[in-house]
Amino acid sequence: MKVLVAVKRVIDYNVKVRVKPDNTGVDLANVKMAMNPFCEIAVEEAVRLKEKGVASEIVVVSIGPKASQEQIRTALALGADRGIHVETDEEVQSLEAAKLLKAVVEKEEPKLVILGKQSIDSDNNQTGQMLAALTGMGQGTFASEVVIEDDKVNVTREVDGGLMTLSLSLPAVVTTDLRLNEPRYASLPNIMKAKKKPLDAMSPADLGVDVAPRLSTLKVEAPAGRQAGVKVEDVAELVDKLKNEAKVI
Amino acid sequence: MSILVIAEHDNSSLKQATLSVVAAAKAIGGDIDVLVAGENCGAVAEAAAKAEGVAKVLVADNAAYGHFLGENLGDLVAEQGKNYSHILAAAGTTGKDFMPRVAALLDVAQVSDIIRVESEDTFVRPIYAGNAIATVKASDSIKVVTVRPTGFDPVAGEGGSASVEQLDVVKDAGLSSFVSEQKAESDRPDLASAGIVISGGRGMQNGDNFKMLEQVADLLGAGIGASRAAVDAGFVPNDMQVGQTGKIVAPQLYIAVGISGAIQHLAGMSDSKVIVAINKDEEAPIFQVADYGLVADLFEAVPQLEEELKKVL
Ligand SMILES: Cc1cc2nc3c(=O)[nH]c(=O)nc-3n(C[C@H](O)[C@H](O)[C@H](O)COP(=O)(O)OP(=O)(O)OC[C@H]3O[C@@H](n4cnc5c(N)ncnc54)[C@H](O)[C@@H]3O)c2cc1C
Ligand SMILES: Cc1cc2nc3c(=O)[nH]c(=O)nc-3n(C[C@H](O)[C@H](O)[C@H](O)COP(=O)(O)OP(=O)(O)OC[C@H]3O[C@@H](n4cnc5c(N)ncnc54)[C@H](O)[C@@H]3O)c2cc1C
Repeated sequence: MKVLVAVKRVIDYNVKVRVKPDNTGVDLANVKMAMNPFCEIAVEEAVRLKEKGVASEIVVVSIGPKASQEQIRTALALGADRGIHVETDEEVQSLEAAKLLKAVVEKEEPKLVILGKQSIDSDNNQTGQMLAALTGMGQGTFASEVVIEDDKVNVTREVDGGLMTLSLSLPAVVTTDLRLNEPRYASLPNIMKAKKKPLDAMSPADLGVDVAPRLSTLKVEAPAGRQAGVKVEDVAELVDKLKNEAKVI
Repeated sequence: MSILVIAEHDNSSLKQATLSVVAAAKAIGGDIDVLVAGENCGAVAEAAAKAEGVAKVLVADNAAYGHFLGENLGDLVAEQGKNYSHILAAAGTTGKDFMPRVAALLDVAQVSDIIRVESEDTFVRPIYAGNAIATVKASDSIKVVTVRPTGFDPVAGEGGSASVEQLDVVKDAGLSSFVSEQKAESDRPDLASAGIVISGGRGMQNGDNFKMLEQVADLLGAGIGASRAAVDAGFVPNDMQVGQTGKIVAPQLYIAVGISGAIQHLAGMSDSKVIVAINKDEEAPIFQVADYGLVADLFEAVPQLEEELKKVL
């Protein structure tokens, strides 16, 4: 079974994000970039399926500027077999990302597509579901467990009320939540080997997709921010303040 | 303008989040209809009809919608919504699941998790775990929007008298089926709407110690939350996680116990009115956002808190 994994290059989650003084966006110059954490989980799940003998080939795809190839190489070092880079310097929004991924799905015909549930930059949480709708596939979003059985996949989802398990016909789309697995680190020999694995580059035009954005960002501001308050000496003072000063109990 | 709000519910009661979404719809302006899709969900439709500002309630009552499967809801909402200018739903796990499908089927962009309405096509939403606030303008003819309920004060749930109309459209995509669920049964207030939330982090050390928080929560009528570290370590179930990738809460009072205050956690609670932090490390970043900070060992402070609260409540 072929598995397609979509990975996105985003700002590293440890970086303190700063809004640009002219309010046009956040400052990405000289900032450490990395694979979106949810995409790392997606790659790991695919690699585990391969180790179990369920997946036969893992194809990893990323959409973005030239430098996104770093994240594809990382995925190859973690165990993916082949990479596809849809290269563009334009801003690609979720719907257009989903259309590009659909074009890749039509070429590659994977049985399972695994994406992160959200990317930690735009926090959209859209691409996987849009891809599923555009390709007519079922979706198992926010997955904390994925079990393949013949031509079905059972997905346990983290939902507001607890956990919910669905059965989907394959091919299907799965988006990962935090507790699906704990991603491994790439070993040095595997990083070296990854350099030789095949990586195809193409453009959105090659895939016949118009990526013009439908949403425009008018401005990006820093949040209002909270001021640190006071330190209290003991629990009695805390309760007194909550009751008589803040009046919240 | 005409706005279709998709109700969030559990087939028996309407979630308060829906009233916040109606409030967002009012901020956009125009006629507001509510779609209730579920199974045996008549009581929900009645409740929705009483919500302030709702003109009409559409009810799709069928087994196909009983478990809110994203494929079926996506097809239904895309069809019902195509004649509206806006389609709105709460940004809970149900809305997050089916709304992007609706957007894709209508070939329009989605604006996720808005906290403010600037105009009929311009919305404000947090990005980068709330480290930046973006104002975005949607150019598509139909705006598909998910709403962060804590961003909008709910409309009144009583007093309205909308008409109720049954739909007999059944969309069963046949792509997915429900297998089972594990619901967290609790008599405590729902995290998302609780007036007070007390959350524990890795500092709690194990699940048993959360009983200390439960005792305080019982006194305060509070909901209980947790950091990702506490959920990952298996102390408590996933539905208790507060943060960028968990639940977003904005109670009157948020008490963080043994939580360091990582940016991803702050993303889920920093809009709380009053924040209290109890942590033994005076350098913990949580103190930078706390209105009241107590540097103490939680294993001493939490039992004391229970005793002190008993005196004053
Ligand atoms: C060069 C560039 C500049 C940008 N500049 C801005 C900007 O200034 N302001 C702004 O608001 N937005 C900007 N964006 C766009 C923003 O990041 C998009 O909203 C985003 O690319 C679409 O995905 P998402 O974040 O909505 O994905 P989500 O739906 O949140 O992500 C879910 C999953 O979808 C998959 N996925 C998403 N995107 C990709 C991708 N590109 N490649 C492979 N898999 C993917 C991943 O598996 C991911 O985990 C920019 C994008 C690019 C490429
Ligand atoms: C993609 C991504 C998404 C994430 N999403 C979320 C999210 O949604 N929500 C979330 O919470 N996190 C999230 N995280 C994780 C986040 O980065 C932190 O790792 C997590 O919040 C830490 O939890 P903590 O504060 O409980 O643990 P720690 O950071 O380990 O802090 C424990 C605290 O307890 C204190 N302590 C220990 N013992 C005691 C004692 N006896 N008395 C008093 N204080 C004590 C310590 O001083 C310390 O400050 C995410 C991370 C990533 C990468």
